[in-house]
Amino acid sequence: MSAVTLPTRKEEEWRYADFGVLEAFAPESFAQWKHVELAAGETRRKCMVLGGAEPELHRIRITLGEGARGELFVVNNGGDYTRVEVVVHMAKGAHFEFGGVTIGGGDVTREFVTRIDHAEPGATSHQVVRAVHWGRATGNFLGRIDVVRDAQKTDAAQDFRGLLLEKGATVNAKPELEIYADDVKCAHGAAIGQLDEQARFYMAARGLSPDVARKLLIRAFIADAFAAVEDEGEQEQLLDAALGTLAEAV
Amino acid sequence: MLKIENLHAEIDGKKILNGLSLEVGAGKVHAIMGPNGAGKSTLAYVLGGRPGYEITEGSATFAGQDLLELEPHERAAAGLFLGFQYPVEIPGVSNVQFLREALNSQRKARGEEPLSGGEFLKLAKEKAGLLRMDMEMLKRNVNVGFSGGEKKRAEMVQMGILDPKFAVLDETDSGLDIDALKIVGEGINAIMRAPDKAVLLITHYQRLLDYVKPDVVHVLAKGRIVKTGGPELALELEREGYEAVAA
Repeated sequence: MSAVTLPTRKEEEWRYADFGVLEAFAPESFAQWKHVELAAGETRRKCMVLGGAEPELHRIRITLGEGARGELFVVNNGGDYTRVEVVVHMAKGAHFEFGGVTIGGGDVTREFVTRIDHAEPGATSHQVVRAVHWGRATGNFLGRIDVVRDAQKTDAAQDFRGLLLEKGATVNAKPELEIYADDVKCAHGAAIGQLDEQARFYMAARGLSPDVARKLLIRAFIADAFAAVEDEGEQEQLLDAALGTLAEAV
Repeated sequence: MLKIENLHAEIDGKKILNGLSLEVGAGKVHAIMGPNGAGKSTLAYVLGGRPGYEITEGSATFAGQDLLELEPHERAAAGLFLGFQYPVEIPGVSNVQFLREALNSQRKARGEEPLSGGEFLKLAKEKAGLLRMDMEMLKRNVNVGFSGGEKKRAEMVQMGILDPKFAVLDETDSGLDIDALKIVGEGINAIMRAPDKAVLLITHYQRLLDYVKPDVVHVLAKGRIVKTGGPELALELEREGYEAVAA
């Protein structure tokens, strides 16, 4: 039997995971990585919607060739525990675009773990993650960016915002940047807040019920994550998929 | 149309309204003037139902209903419009989307059919024209990046689209230059001057009243109406100041 290294809580990238659910996964599932390779100059976009009843674990390795452009947009919803891990290796002048939304209530835990490896000069990456949680749910984002010594002119941006609809919910955000080149731009931001009470009253004063007002505000909040999806129809589908479970939120 | 009796309201334990009584009939424009801190904005917020205010005594009846029992969105559907002194910015939500949802929510609450996208745009265009506002502005996010004057004009476009029975306008004139003041004044007349509608105009200054002629002027001080008169009262206030008139 081949040895599979099982995750432990000591590792940063597994620290906030739900081990109660993880233990139920078959050990092999941790060794299953999906490999995606884009040739030099190739452009590819992938939209993923997690929304089933079962826990899900997705480990994806993406290799971007010179000047390639990879885009990944994920609605992270569904079962008790859902996790999407993305490791991206970037060649010269490549671009990686990531938009992700974790959303949910109850006791769920949802995670994004990304690791962008700027291995060559002039590559750019842009990540936008939004988390909306209520009940006792948890949303996690661990975003690691590595810029090697030769990867000059790297431009890596990471933007996270969390929205807590109720007191018991949690979001954890951790940007990890390891930069060994000196001529680079690496921007990262993380903020956590609640729905804007003033906006809610303003909307109510125009006749919107609290439910409709909240849905509009949350839609606007998560829309940033899918702003880079060029096709408007696809963008709407992602937003609708993300907001599907909102009705159960108080 | 609106009847307020002996209204007492406080926020964070601080008494702001102290026995305010006021009655506004259909077809009338009433102006409320008063010094800073008199309770003008509190009155507007209490009528709109903003959370945080506690009504400790008194009543407010609107078109035969107990206004204070209604949720803010129910008040809007009943025909009350609150024009904000500081209109709120809502990033990510366009004016068109916001107002169409708002109008159709109100229509639904009243048992009316929703307006289609085409019908709504036609209506929005007409009302924007009234306030000389470009439709492009309405495609932008609610109040985001609007100047103070643009926000106030946008409020009036909203009022035109929602077509309320009763408007409480809280310092709609503040932040407007002379030309914009005239446009907003004419807009209020066009939208609200009707036998079955009424307006409560809250303002510091006489200047808006040059365009929107009030039928009745009240002076609010220390949380209650201390003086009521005709349009000439506004001129007297402008000339002699609140202290002399309200004393």
